[in-house]
Amino acid sequence: MDGHGHRLTHVATGSALRRRPRWAWLGWGLAAGVPLVFLAVFFGWPVVALVVQGFFADDGVGGRVLDLSGFAEVLSQPRTWRVIGQTLAQATVGTLLSVLLGLPGAYLLYRCRFPGRTLARGLVTVPFVLPTVVVGVAFRHLFTPSGPLGWLGWEESFAAVVVALVFFNYSVVVRTVGGLWERLDPRAEQAARALGATPWRAFRTVTLPALGPAIASAASVVFLFCSTAFGVVLVLGGMRYGTIETEIWIRTTQFLDLRAAAVLSVLQLVVVVAALLVSARLRTRRERALQLTGERSGAHPLDLRTVRDALPAAVTAVVVAGLIAFPLAGLLLRSLRGPDGAWSLANYVALGTTGGRNALSVTVWEATANSLRIATLATVIAVVVGGLVVLVVSRRPRQRGLRRAVGGLDAVFMLPLGVSAVTVGFGFLITLDRPLGFDVDLRTSGLLVPIAQAVVAIPLVVRTMLPVLRAIDPRLREAAAVLGARPGRVLASIDLALAARSLGLAVGFAFAVSLGEFGATSFLARPDAATLPVVIFRLIGQPGAENYGMALAASVVLAVLTATVMMVAERMRGDTGGGEF
Amino acid sequence: MNIRTRRALATFALVGLVPALAACSSSDAPGTAEDTPVPAESPAATELSGTVTLVTHDSFALSDGLLESFESETGLDVEHVAAGDAGTLVNQLVLTQGSPLGDVVYGVDNTFASRAADAGVFEPYTPADLDASVGAQTEEGLEGLTAIDRGDVCLNVDTVWFEDAGLEPPAGLEDLTDPAYADLTVVTNPATSSPGFAFLLATVSAFGEDGWQDYWAELADNGLRVTDGWSDAYYVDFSGAGEGGERPIVLSYATSPAFTVTEDGSGSTTAALLDTCFRQVEYAGVLAGTDNPDGARALVDFLASEQVQADIPENMYMYPADETVELPAEWEQFAPLAENPYEVPAQEIAEHRDEWIQQWTATVIG
Repeated sequence: MDGHGHRLTHVATGSALRRRPRWAWLGWGLAAGVPLVFLAVFFGWPVVALVVQGFFADDGVGGRVLDLSGFAEVLSQPRTWRVIGQTLAQATVGTLLSVLLGLPGAYLLYRCRFPGRTLARGLVTVPFVLPTVVVGVAFRHLFTPSGPLGWLGWEESFAAVVVALVFFNYSVVVRTVGGLWERLDPRAEQAARALGATPWRAFRTVTLPALGPAIASAASVVFLFCSTAFGVVLVLGGMRYGTIETEIWIRTTQFLDLRAAAVLSVLQLVVVVAALLVSARLRTRRERALQLTGERSGAHPLDLRTVRDALPAAVTAVVVAGLIAFPLAGLLLRSLRGPDGAWSLANYVALGTTGGRNALSVTVWEATANSLRIATLATVIAVVVGGLVVLVVSRRPRQRGLRRAVGGLDAVFMLPLGVSAVTVGFGFLITLDRPLGFDVDLRTSGLLVPIAQAVVAIPLVVRTMLPVLRAIDPRLREAAAVLGARPGRVLASIDLALAARSLGLAVGFAFAVSLGEFGATSFLARPDAATLPVVIFRLIGQPGAENYGMALAASVVLAVLTATVMMVAERMRGDTGGGEF
Repeated sequence: MNIRTRRALATFALVGLVPALAACSSSDAPGTAEDTPVPAESPAATELSGTVTLVTHDSFALSDGLLESFESETGLDVEHVAAGDAGTLVNQLVLTQGSPLGDVVYGVDNTFASRAADAGVFEPYTPADLDASVGAQTEEGLEGLTAIDRGDVCLNVDTVWFEDAGLEPPAGLEDLTDPAYADLTVVTNPATSSPGFAFLLATVSAFGEDGWQDYWAELADNGLRVTDGWSDAYYVDFSGAGEGGERPIVLSYATSPAFTVTEDGSGSTTAALLDTCFRQVEYAGVLAGTDNPDGARALVDFLASEQVQADIPENMYMYPADETVELPAEWEQFAPLAENPYEVPAQEIAEHRDEWIQQWTATVIG
């Protein structure tokens, strides 16, 4: 429909390009270079170093020789193939269910207005940060034969693992898709309806394709999370449902069998890269400029009399009540019971202590302060680095090679979600004693904890902000350039202005990831500044009703903190000055 | 540190990576042990200075002020680094052997220590004037380490449950295969849990290298439940935790009954089966490659000193290695150590660890 317009803009940008000063290229180089160096030092190098170490064996005379026999050995074990199959099955089913259930949730929470919506949006994020050990225990209580869901017979089952995966990842879909959906101009769908399309047909042919990139984006994140899920798989599935991730964990932390772990890491990488390729394919096919609106004009008051609203509302109510609120309520209620079983705030009062028989070396409140401090640092790093990535990746250069490079950059920054935290954590140990030749032992400096958390948060920042920036019609930038705006000005008044809108969400996600992160953190040698998940893990690892109660109360604190951060982050979105779109 | 870190971050954001790395410099450079002469005697007489970094597992804790008084007495600065659980700690030490994480390690136990010792992670050192009881806990192959504390991994029973059921609790390992105790036991997986591995060692010691697999096969047939981690076994499955669990026999520690003492303090609702225990000993040692060997030795001396030994029970809930140190009164009643715990030599554990865990998995999980 816009062939004519396209030709025109080509001419226009062609001249704008010729006027582009040299330093602009330098700027883009820096914008791509800084994140790449960051990722190389704090992810690529450690992972490669550890894997490579696994492929070299002692030659018996003090040297090391390349030894790839691990491949033949690991790949010839039937267990390996079972584990790969298990990983794929679990991640695929977990992702499909999260997307299927998350779409109605995104519609309800971002496209409809109703009282309590903000609270509901906060609530769905809570599972995302809860420590897996707490969630594992909470879900097992549900599924034991005497538990409330014991009749399902799901103890130690595939179903229990999948349910827990959906519990953790539901909010990723709701938020990533919702963030775009709420800004989608409703007029396209309205036009389809006016032309006689049924609501379902209008949704399927107009809205769904527009949401495609965001759905693919969310699905790829969820797939990576599901395929690297660790604690919850072991607790709910047991060893029978081992995945590549649990195998790597056991091989590395228990046996220090780096040879087998290296082979498994390569297998994990193959799975992850394949998933990313599929997702990128889906995304680019769908990708195009969208008609985005300013403030949430797309949202309408919830009307339960229409099927359009009632169906998503019903699905979401069941999911939120049954899957999220039910287990969380169990935790909350138990945290409000004292050691003798009577209602009391004793567990919360105890958060100011170091636990029964000194289970901890700091109070839970001190750990909370540590967590907030570290999460703030991690968020700043993640948003700065992730923001630069988004800026670069949202471009669509006309040169083929450059376009490929941009796509590659996008994929590379997703890798931290798909690589085992054990591999990264142990990799840090062997590489960061003298990073880049500097005489600084970064491993024990304390700065590594927020950096490790930022590495995990960056992909989420990218995935949250990118769909919005990519949806900017390039003609907008071109028009600005034609009208005489210098590149910096175009960037500030178009890209940054629009990016600011998703910034709140990105900050919220990064903060939440950092607050709840335990995997990579637990493998770092860290100065004695225990975080909230670390003390929760300690408390629930000690006997005594008092410690157990405190662990649950501390989990509630973590949950409330997360929900609050997410709600505040949503409010601080830069919504001003969007009227012109 | 706080302001420094923040400033480092601002620089980082503005200029890039390199300045941030330089700005957060910590004081200890990688080791230069080769050119430092290593005197064998206690460093008490030498002048001490600089920083000593103490690497521990996550459970390390001392009373407030204790480490500080050591610092002011010696003029050393002690930095504490926590490195995960005991297994992770040892693997980290092995991986970082050429460039150690610190100067002293505490928390390596007898089920893992050989792996580290064989890799040459430690620089042998034994404090002078240790009580004989401490030396007696130092095994072959671990001579360069100093025993700091010990504890027992044992089955625990819910005494209330057994009273209500009118059943005598089991006494030893053999009883657990008795059909009377079918479906009553929950233990943890030795591949993923360190008490689980300790219990596997107890059965190896009890039934011999040829008999333990048959024992586990019988256990599995008698309705044994295996969970991945301790929390899960204790809080979900064990009836004595009061969280709705249904199994009255759980794998835990000899000290666990002290956490379930009744409100009036007269008794505990759980008890440890002292004939099912495996003895764990935790060691401290100087890390090879330390750049402050004198400071490191002084810190090991301090950990073995009576002051710290007496502080261990209340803060880490372990028994001090020094048997002459007085224990809190209630320990006698609620947390006694086993008289004849099962033991397996550390060297043998290191040799067979992977093999035993794999055999166990094949037997019990299938």
